[in-house]
Amino acid sequence: MNVGYLIAALVFWVVAWLANSWLVRLRPANAPAAQSINLLIPAIFGLTLIVLWEGITVGFNIPSVLLPAPSMIWARITSSIPILWADFYQTYMKAVLAGYAMGCASGFLAAVIIDRVPFLRKGLLPVGNLVAALPVVGIAPIMVMWFGFDWHSKAAVVVVMTFFPMLVNTVAGLAASGAMERDLMRTYASSYSQTLIKLRLPAAMPFIFNALKINSTLALIGAIVAEFFGTPIVGMGFRISTEVGRMNIDMVWAEIFVAALAGSLSYGLLALLERAVTFWHPSYRR
Amino acid sequence: MKERSGASSFLYDRVLPVTAVVTVIIMAWYGFAVLLNAQFERDQAARAGTEISNSQLVQNTLSQKRPVLPAPHQVANEIWKTTALKKITSKRSLVYHGWVTISSTLLGFVMGTGLGILLAVLIVHSNVLDKSLMPWIITSQTIPILAVAPMIIVVLNAVGVSGLLPKALISAYLSFFPVAVGMVKGLRSPDVMHLDLMRTYNSSQSQVFWKLRWPSAVPFLFTSMKVAVAISLVGAIVGELPTGAVAGLGARLLTGSYYGQTIQIWSALIAAAVLAAMLVMLVDLSARVVMGRMGMVR
Repeated sequence: MNVGYLIAALVFWVVAWLANSWLVRLRPANAPAAQSINLLIPAIFGLTLIVLWEGITVGFNIPSVLLPAPSMIWARITSSIPILWADFYQTYMKAVLAGYAMGCASGFLAAVIIDRVPFLRKGLLPVGNLVAALPVVGIAPIMVMWFGFDWHSKAAVVVVMTFFPMLVNTVAGLAASGAMERDLMRTYASSYSQTLIKLRLPAAMPFIFNALKINSTLALIGAIVAEFFGTPIVGMGFRISTEVGRMNIDMVWAEIFVAALAGSLSYGLLALLERAVTFWHPSYRR
Repeated sequence: MKERSGASSFLYDRVLPVTAVVTVIIMAWYGFAVLLNAQFERDQAARAGTEISNSQLVQNTLSQKRPVLPAPHQVANEIWKTTALKKITSKRSLVYHGWVTISSTLLGFVMGTGLGILLAVLIVHSNVLDKSLMPWIITSQTIPILAVAPMIIVVLNAVGVSGLLPKALISAYLSFFPVAVGMVKGLRSPDVMHLDLMRTYNSSQSQVFWKLRWPSAVPFLFTSMKVAVAISLVGAIVGELPTGAVAGLGARLLTGSYYGQTIQIWSALIAAAVLAAMLVMLVDLSARVVMGRMGMVR
């Protein structure tokens, strides 16, 4: 047991807690200062978690098979960047992006078509809502059987996983424009496509971006889980399942770090894009 | 559009379209089954040196032992065989595997919901926690958590914890996010007027919580519980993959994919779908009962 580390971590925790409670009580006058404080507080909290983690794993001499220390994980990340990059390329650049694009695009198109035919809307929406709640990852073994071990099968899983959230959200979004606005478009004698492009699609954008955000996480999960069922010897899911078997837990954490980074970066990118596209939305007004 | 009265509008707006869509899906399924399985039959016929007639081809494609895509009736038959005709305790019974999955799902769901509610209560009552924890809870939703599943299973197995608990932990981990986020929203949902009213009554913080915040958070709780129960089933199924296919629907999927038993995969998949639908409906039903009793009928 390494008491020094433990005490240091605990002291850091107390200091960080006090600092955060002090920061919360600050009422800065100008907006940028308030914003940076709002960023600083979670940053301190996250740092505290890592320090506590390090302190506990080193302090109690927890075997690295159980829970490796953050410093060990970081060392592993920096020393195995080529492997991590190859896995990332295989899983994310090939499977996730292709599947995500196809799934979202087809879900969107299907929603526009469904919206045109009320009978289809009434029939497909309950089914779509049901499927959106189902454990769709279960189709992974089937897709691996159909499309082979390479990234195509993973992309297929991602397509199915992302299709229904996009469908359901877009249909809801297309119904979001108000009756008044639609009446106004009618008084302009605008055609169906004009109303769609100028009014209803822009009004549906918040919903569509909601689906895009949900799907960005789902797509990564789908691709990784599909790799558990069979894959060439590269890919994040493959690496996780084999390194777990070889008890190289620090490598698994390194992959999880990459996955987390990819997940939050794509989410952040979508959030920025959303802000640019739906600048008119009340939640962005100042 | 014409206005229709209750029963007939239910028929025309709900039953008829849904039945039509489901029928089309099943017909398309049969079509694809014939299409995808035909190649194998043609190869068989070519190898035997015989011509195969079209009607024979269709008949054969719908009754293969290891089809590329099993026909719906084959899956239904397999489900019937593995649920009704096998003893529940048998390792080949789908009921047994479904029970294994559902028990860890429910345990994880209860733990996750409890943890989510606890966190939400803490966040609502502590400014520090709100500012420091909430961004991380939201960030963690963008992380593919399911990737952690095999590690949790194997690591806990190495320490000697195996069976139900590791899978339930994954389910709990997955299901606590929606509950925490939904409950924070719900506990903050009473409007300022109501909170002010409670202040004029000189009510304590616990009174405000039990008489105002908690009741108004109940609808949010049930909405997020519906998401949580579906996602904890996914967690339980994925958690069953790395244990080496011991028991559960996930194990059925894995053994099915090892041995090319497509009918087994599809029946496990349908069973999982039915379970998910049942769990969500159960939560929905309890929501209706509870909110009806609380006088909050939607």
